[in-house]
Amino acid sequence: MSRRKAYYAGRLKRAAHLLFYKRHRKPGIKGWELRKALGSDYLKVLKLLDDYLRMLDLQVKTVFEEEKPAEKPSQDQLDKARFLITLRGEITPKEARMIGWRVDDIAGLAIAIAYIVSKRGKAPRKEVEDILRDKLPGWRVGLNVDRYIRYGYLAQDENEQLYLEWRTRAEVDQNALVDLILSHEKT
Amino acid sequence: MMQSKREHERLGREKLQRIIDTCKSVEDRSLDPFLVDIKGNITTVKEYFPRWKVPEDLCLDAETVHHLASVTTLQSEWVKHRSTSLYTDPFLLEDKIRRMEKVDMVKIFVKVWRPTIELEQISLRSITEAIEYWDSLLPMKERWREFPLGKDETGTATREELISEQILRDKAFSEELETFWQELKKVATEKGEDGKVRYWSFIGADTYMETVQRAFMTSFLVTYGYATLEIHPLEEEMFIVPSQKLAPRTGSKQLVSIPISISAEDWQKWKKGEL
Repeated sequence: MSRRKAYYAGRLKRAAHLLFYKRHRKPGIKGWELRKALGSDYLKVLKLLDDYLRMLDLQVKTVFEEEKPAEKPSQDQLDKARFLITLRGEITPKEARMIGWRVDDIAGLAIAIAYIVSKRGKAPRKEVEDILRDKLPGWRVGLNVDRYIRYGYLAQDENEQLYLEWRTRAEVDQNALVDLILSHEKT
Repeated sequence: MMQSKREHERLGREKLQRIIDTCKSVEDRSLDPFLVDIKGNITTVKEYFPRWKVPEDLCLDAETVHHLASVTTLQSEWVKHRSTSLYTDPFLLEDKIRRMEKVDMVKIFVKVWRPTIELEQISLRSITEAIEYWDSLLPMKERWREFPLGKDETGTATREELISEQILRDKAFSEELETFWQELKKVATEKGEDGKVRYWSFIGADTYMETVQRAFMTSFLVTYGYATLEIHPLEEEMFIVPSQKLAPRTGSKQLVSIPISISAEDWQKWKKGEL
């Protein structure tokens, strides 16, 4: 093995360890931590890891602090971004249940996210709970919203306004979700 | 003349305060920012500005301008959002969501959802804490002493007492129990896992009083053989398994009383999803 290959093979393993294991309260790792651990060419290492993970149906995802920059992200934006591993392909509802999500919880999350997206990323908690009450038992509604906040899908401010949090930005294609809901025809 | 001037200033303050309140409600409640007539409000601010002499009034003026500027920013964002592909008519989407079946919603969501993969690991500190906890734990024999075993005492509350305490409605107790059993069976079939329901999921209700009432009825279901309790002490989980047919308790089988705390604190925890 050439020296260069050996270098990247070592970095690849280190990157996998850093990204897979939960080290902080939130999964994944910040850009500046990766730069410190893997060197300044960490993006290249992540690209190699992403290619490697493709066959396992996984991918390396970058979640920027703000909205995804339209142009090439700056060093500062990359430093503050969170890098994590997500599934690359689709899962079935049955698989979703196997990873600990009830049908009610998934439906509730989908509704809450779609509704907040349609309200320009911010909606009063009361309105979100009202629409959820249509699909979930009344006593579960508040609990579910709290759970979505705890998991990092939603955030709430002091005015009881709900926002989309980092986990939604990492895991959910918001555009596609709204499109699919709007184009859904009752069968 | 002086009085009229004062009256005019008072009216001006009121108008500025109203503008601030309207702007705040648009900012806080995500209302349509175009509900605010910026041009008209600026005219009002301009009209009263020459009259302000004291710092309080000038601050009120500055605050009004600040809030109007915030609303203008929101208007700009609103226009930008409407021109992006993410714009959707909220009413149309809400209507779609309300008409859509829960299962269809799930099918759509899993198409666009890419859950995070993460591995939990136990730290050295947690292992030390676990060992300390284990070492300080009393033997099982001693811990069980806290829960005296014995026959269930089912005759302590009369039906009249329960009605007067508003625990039961004026309905035959057996009928009440039968209805509750049917509800348990339905919940276990529809929302349960392997025909069993989590204890708190079943007894938990919107109010503490209702929760206690449901726990009380559940205890009768278990005592009379309409259901059984399944306790997983290590996971600290408790399930209720409804019997499909009524299975009366036989005298030869030793009955065990399980004390379950339904304190207001537990209920609060359950409401917050911590239980």
